[in-house]
Amino acid sequence: MNEPSRPRLAVWKFASCDGCQLSLLDCEDELLAVADAVEIAYFPEASSRMAEGPYDLSLVEGSVTTAHDAERIREIRRQSRFLVTIGACATAGGIQALRNFVDVDGFIQAVYAHPDYIRTLATSTPISDHVRVDFELRGCPIDKGQLIEVISAFVNDRRPNVATHSVCEECKRAGHVCVLVAHGTPCLGPVTQAGCGALCPGYHRGCYGCFGPKEAPNAPALSARLAALGMSSPELVRVYRTFNANADAFREESARHE
Amino acid sequence: MSDAGGTRTIEVDYIARVEGEGALYIRTEGDRVEDCQLRIFEPPRFFEGLLRGRAYTEAPDITARICGICPIAYIMSASHAMEDVAGVRVGGALRELRRLIYCGEWIESHVLHIYMLHLPDFLGYPDAVTLAKDRPETVRRALRLKKAGNSLMRCIGGREVHPVNLRVGGFYRAPSRAELDALVPELEWALGAALETVALVQTLDFPDFEADYEFMALRHPEEYPFNEGRLCSTGGVDVPVSRYDEVLSEAHLAHTTALQSRNAEGQPVMMGPMARYALNRDRLTPRARRAADDAGLGEACRNPFRSIVVRAVEVVFALEEALRIIRAYEPPADACVPVGPTAGTGYGATEAPRGICYHRYRTDGDGIIRDAKIVAPTSVNQARIEADLRALVEPNLALDDTALQALCEQAIRNYDPCISCSTHFLDLRLERR
Repeated sequence: MNEPSRPRLAVWKFASCDGCQLSLLDCEDELLAVADAVEIAYFPEASSRMAEGPYDLSLVEGSVTTAHDAERIREIRRQSRFLVTIGACATAGGIQALRNFVDVDGFIQAVYAHPDYIRTLATSTPISDHVRVDFELRGCPIDKGQLIEVISAFVNDRRPNVATHSVCEECKRAGHVCVLVAHGTPCLGPVTQAGCGALCPGYHRGCYGCFGPKEAPNAPALSARLAALGMSSPELVRVYRTFNANADAFREESARHE
Repeated sequence: MSDAGGTRTIEVDYIARVEGEGALYIRTEGDRVEDCQLRIFEPPRFFEGLLRGRAYTEAPDITARICGICPIAYIMSASHAMEDVAGVRVGGALRELRRLIYCGEWIESHVLHIYMLHLPDFLGYPDAVTLAKDRPETVRRALRLKKAGNSLMRCIGGREVHPVNLRVGGFYRAPSRAELDALVPELEWALGAALETVALVQTLDFPDFEADYEFMALRHPEEYPFNEGRLCSTGGVDVPVSRYDEVLSEAHLAHTTALQSRNAEGQPVMMGPMARYALNRDRLTPRARRAADDAGLGEACRNPFRSIVVRAVEVVFALEEALRIIRAYEPPADACVPVGPTAGTGYGATEAPRGICYHRYRTDGDGIIRDAKIVAPTSVNQARIEADLRALVEPNLALDDTALQALCEQAIRNYDPCISCSTHFLDLRLERR
């Protein structure tokens, strides 16, 4: 029996922790349905069958940190009808983009055995610095509900329904008490894009910005509030410099406090 | 492949069904293995370098990003190391909650490996999705069992990958009794499914192979180890974790971006389920130990292909332990023990699903990290994997290339290698664009 032709899905890895692609395997209730709806053509973490391109949808995890990877992403782009980045590494450079802020000449004072064995670039950059990206899914890690929405949208030729407003709006809808206003807990919710379900405030913790900056954030206003709560300049630098340190709004705001 | 007696190379450019990016290179001359390299080409991410200058409170969340499969291991080892610096001990219900979420990580990680990464090798499938076409019930059970582990991660931690509710000193918010009680029915189902899993995997066809391993794991006076214990080995090591660096040292080799660990005699050691089992069999629950006995594991299992059985036994244990903790749970008065900034050096070692995850930090009086060292279990196991491959290839040279390559890949998966984790460097050499 000839199977009807299904959209072909590929999952690619660059510098990353594997957590975002693991999120697809963590869709325990949906995984087999996804595998019915699309042909999982290339997903080495899950399958030893690695089919040649072209692919209808490529999900790309991780950031570009080597010259070889900068080449590889171009080839993947050529092979892919749609290319979607999944997670903070692919979308903003990830935690490893902290190297972008370091004085390179100071950093290179290597203290270990054979620095000549290592090949790496001075920066960790998002995929969109290298090729055209059709959609960027945020999060460190991504939300698996949003992942299913994105796959479903692209195989059905529609735009994903993913909000770009702040965590605050999600937090209000979840009915959480505002940790910033009520408890004076530093929280990046006002400048961070929604998608996690306002997880941290639900655990009495301030948002730490793992979904990256929301559309048009007012980070200076938030920083003034955080400073009034007692955060020092070095702390303000660090609070914006985590998993989305290289995202424009967070990078610029952290630099203002150096 | 070349004629018998000549040179023959086996190369696998990208090993599938492992976490991260690795390749395999084996060269034989006649009936001898001349070279055997598990090449890890995952680009280094320099965690130890980027941790310098960060606050002690940030280490758990930052190091969690080393690995999306075992974030709890990193969060726990970092937290314990920082508590060690400050001389703080986290006990009571908070300690139990830490064990409980660690149970969740073992369950989801082990079940992922058993059914989705390793079982396809034994049954001759490329992946679990293809297996589901012929054995839908097996794969559905696997997914539900994995989800039961993840339910603990979600409930206590907030999400499966990089949970948000853990911190140095404990948690941000302790779960209520009702939140944990709601998980019990599914965990009870999962315990039955885990026993069925042991029954399934013990019947697989295992290659006839054993090695004389030095097993290394934590050992605790009363418990099967998660967070605490002494660093012990079947080679006679028995020291506190603060002496880890005396026991294992790391070497930097050309073919891999992971540093390789070896013991004082320069020999590789094995960490992970087989090591924990060999050193802590007497600490298993009676039911888990009975499952191990029924599966014929004996006092210690030295066939690495049977590690899939040991993992299944550990899933039984983790579910029983989770149910015990939930049934006895009384929410703590405070979600966290205060841990202030302290100058000093601290050590943490906990049992990740793949073996010991070791952290060492030096902090200043403001709690800023001045030095960090992290060793993932896969970078310890890497040398042992290469030793297994050498020993396995020579007696199997009669196999054709395809079959020999498949056997080698399966032997690598025996270790559930987490290549993303194992890649770590203190500093880097840069290629300027």
